[in-house]
Amino acid sequence: MSFVSVRNVFQTYGRRPIIERVDLDVTEGEFISIVGASGCGKSTFLRLLLAQERPTRGEIRIADAPPASEPGLDRGVVFQRYSVFPHLTVRENIVAGEGFRRGWGRFFGAARRAALTRADDTLARIGLDHVAGHYPATLSGGMQQRLAIGQALAARPRVLLLDEPFGALDPGTRQSMHAFLTDLRTETGMTVFMVTHDLEEAFKLGDRVLVFDKPRWDPHDPDVNGATITYDFDARNGGIPFQTLEEKTHVLHPV
Amino acid sequence: MRLINLKPGRPLAVFLALLPFALAFLAYAVASQIRLEANAADKLLPAPGTVWDTAVRLTTEGDRRTGRILFWHDTWASLQRLGLGIGISAGVGLIFGLLIGLLPLMRSFLAQFVAVLSMIPPLALLPILFIVFGLGELSKVVLIVIGTLPFLIRDLSQRVLDLPEELLVKAQTLGASSWVIAIRVALPQVMPRLIQSVRLSLGPAWLFLIAAEAIASDLGLGYRIFLVRRYLAMDVILTYVIWITILAFLIDWTLRWVSRRYFPWAGAGL
Repeated sequence: MSFVSVRNVFQTYGRRPIIERVDLDVTEGEFISIVGASGCGKSTFLRLLLAQERPTRGEIRIADAPPASEPGLDRGVVFQRYSVFPHLTVRENIVAGEGFRRGWGRFFGAARRAALTRADDTLARIGLDHVAGHYPATLSGGMQQRLAIGQALAARPRVLLLDEPFGALDPGTRQSMHAFLTDLRTETGMTVFMVTHDLEEAFKLGDRVLVFDKPRWDPHDPDVNGATITYDFDARNGGIPFQTLEEKTHVLHPV
Repeated sequence: MRLINLKPGRPLAVFLALLPFALAFLAYAVASQIRLEANAADKLLPAPGTVWDTAVRLTTEGDRRTGRILFWHDTWASLQRLGLGIGISAGVGLIFGLLIGLLPLMRSFLAQFVAVLSMIPPLALLPILFIVFGLGELSKVVLIVIGTLPFLIRDLSQRVLDLPEELLVKAQTLGASSWVIAIRVALPQVMPRLIQSVRLSLGPAWLFLIAAEAIASDLGLGYRIFLVRRYLAMDVILTYVIWITILAFLIDWTLRWVSRRYFPWAGAGL
């Protein structure tokens, strides 16, 4: 049984279809990269996975739970920007990962001390212990994204969703973030969905690479068709692309 | 070199900042001198020295009948009304700003209503306030609240709406309830903005305070100004006007300091 199952999902804004007929099965612990041209529904699909939006048709289940109606603890997310709370220090941001679910959104007394200790451990692991007392605005882009990932993981989600998390970083920082993310994954074995514009990054990090595109294109009315998963690549084996074609539905197969 | 690229050094900047004050003072002193030369008993533009003497007399000598130094009693009465009015406005504005900004249901329910309310000229309501709440402290405080509250609600709810959607989604994925999002995400982030809005509201608040005091009061800075107007006591009026200006400036400065001190993360927005 698949861990994340997407069944015949359509999403329409007004009369404009964005994505249509998306089916997907993901086993626990897989890293799924999602690529595609701008406006091809990658981010919409991620919002659907996040339950920030509900699909017009079809359903998305995680671990056989009923389809979620709003974002919750089982889905962690890191956006390209605004992923950490600017009014909390780095340490408090990590504590928030565990504390926000509580009645007052914070820990008190002994629980607070324990949470702070755990946060310091997390910070040491993600290499931010030297800036624990700083506010995120004083951190570099790479450090902010590391903090955002650390914060999302502190909540222990079932699935981690990344929306172009390294899009705003310079190439060097990006490389170190890749290593950081790979390490974290080996440690936690988490299921990850990552939307990216960078094909190399998609194949390097992902176990599978999904391509979103419009299978049909009406030159007179480009908006009449929605996008769907047109390719589903196996991207394991050192990230060398195009070994195995896993997609069965919407592509022409070599006879 | 282009004008837009000419930047003053530190000494020149200080000099330029002080220059308009000096020029205004000089212009007044000259005008006053001209009038006093023509008529030594002129009351319209008293000499700066006379204003200073009056200021010293007002702030140190007690009232002949009661012995109270009215200047400080006026100040205290006015500041109390202003503080109470602005304080209530800020508190209520914050709560409704958060409700309207965070909850779509409240937004549908109240946003348009507040927008219409904010169009009512508060001074036009003053007679009603005097009729309903009497001529005491209450009507003056209520006028300040009515005058500043709609602006504060609209401004703060807009600030809450301006919070990046990402932050609200992120908080939800960390398991935060609406309540936790309100007190842990939205509230701290609009606090610096609240101080900013209160600073902007202080101008109107003083206006409403002085208007209310001018019409019906027996103590207060605005009351005193309008009282001594009958005797054309320009030296007293000027003393009070300068004092009100200094007070307003100090309050503004203090709020800015508080904002920088307690919300360092808000940075350049202040």
